[in-house]
Amino acid sequence: MKKTITLLAFAAALAAPMAAQAHRAWMAPTSTSLSGNDAWVGFDAGMSNGVFIPDHAAMRMNGLVVTAPDGSTVQPEHLMQGQYRTTFDVHLTQNGTYKIANVMGGVMASYKLDGEQKRWRGAAAEFPAAIPAGATEVQATRTASRIETFVTLNNASESVFTPTGEGLELVPVTHPNDLAKGEAATFKLLKDGQPAAGLDVTVARGGVRYRDNPEEMTVKTGADGAFTVTWPEAGMYWLNASVRTPAQGETLGSNASYVAVVEVLP
Amino acid sequence: MRLLPIVVTTIGLAAAAPAVAADLSVTVDLPRLNTASYHRPYVAVWIERPDQTAVQTLAVWYQQTRNNEGDGKDWLKDLRTWWRKGGRAMSLPADGVSGATRAPGRQTITIPAARLRGLQPGQYNIVVEAARELGGREVVRVPFRWGGANTANASGSTELGAVRVTVSR
Repeated sequence: MKKTITLLAFAAALAAPMAAQAHRAWMAPTSTSLSGNDAWVGFDAGMSNGVFIPDHAAMRMNGLVVTAPDGSTVQPEHLMQGQYRTTFDVHLTQNGTYKIANVMGGVMASYKLDGEQKRWRGAAAEFPAAIPAGATEVQATRTASRIETFVTLNNASESVFTPTGEGLELVPVTHPNDLAKGEAATFKLLKDGQPAAGLDVTVARGGVRYRDNPEEMTVKTGADGAFTVTWPEAGMYWLNASVRTPAQGETLGSNASYVAVVEVLP
Repeated sequence: MRLLPIVVTTIGLAAAAPAVAADLSVTVDLPRLNTASYHRPYVAVWIERPDQTAVQTLAVWYQQTRNNEGDGKDWLKDLRTWWRKGGRAMSLPADGVSGATRAPGRQTITIPAARLRGLQPGQYNIVVEAARELGGREVVRVPFRWGGANTANASGSTELGAVRVTVSR
């Protein structure tokens, strides 16, 4: 039991960028729906209890990938890590929907070597070769964390929604840049490319500092991984789900988490 | 003196092609607002079905030029309802649809029947949306019937005044 706790704590510490399980990881755009010949969007990324309130820790952006509507990768600009938030800008020059995602994953392992507790973290391809011969009590978990948001210049497009088949992913049924107060939106969650059924999805609206009730919602995914949210208010929303899968024979257990930030307009 | 040729032209057109008489007209009262920093509103006018899906944009008025704050199209998104229901899928400027912002007062749009050839007879809404820099946004819906003469009106309360729809036949 003690070892489990140690391992979980260790897992939490290494499950960057969701470094502290109690805190919520978020990446919030300054605008989501834009018009014109080109546009700039800024992003704030951090981890804190109140979503979009930078008061705890900045997010590490090691896995940041910005995908343009034509499938190319766009370099983020003006990246700066502050005390409580990381900021960067993306210059939108193509019409359509961009995906901005911070994706981290790999294998975390702990083992004993010569009576000493050791830890290892790395790419899935390096495991188990990276574990030295003679290691005992090897415990390993596959991790996948995806924190993403979407922004659209002029007409919305869907090219960036193609899933990779790794970890938890969102496949929109309703376009994430077409959300309005009072309307319902449906999205599907996939785990390793398959429908993620029966997951709890937390829906939290920003601005919690200026009201007393957190006004959070939880919805469950159906057999096809789909869930529907009817937006009670306009605002920036944080959607989160996670799933742990126990090890099965040679297959490692896994710990996958997903966060999307979407804006609902009045 | 300059009116004369225009009148002649109109008569000429009417005589040659009576079918292109103006069949749908929308008048929009843009209120005169006493505010320290008044900018003419961006306005969109479109036809939608009763389920609020857009059929056709009739007019969109926005700054046609680029200034040191940006291009006029940068703020089209502030016509939020129109933008998500059809504006963002349009290619602008659009002939006979887009134009410069209009001054406060009564503005009239007349749509020749030829531009509504695809519109099936039935119940629709005219939607007028106005969004103003450093000001608010308002949407006014006016239900009307296409396929016979009728008039309808509704009124806004902040960014828009009276909206009148006239189907002339």
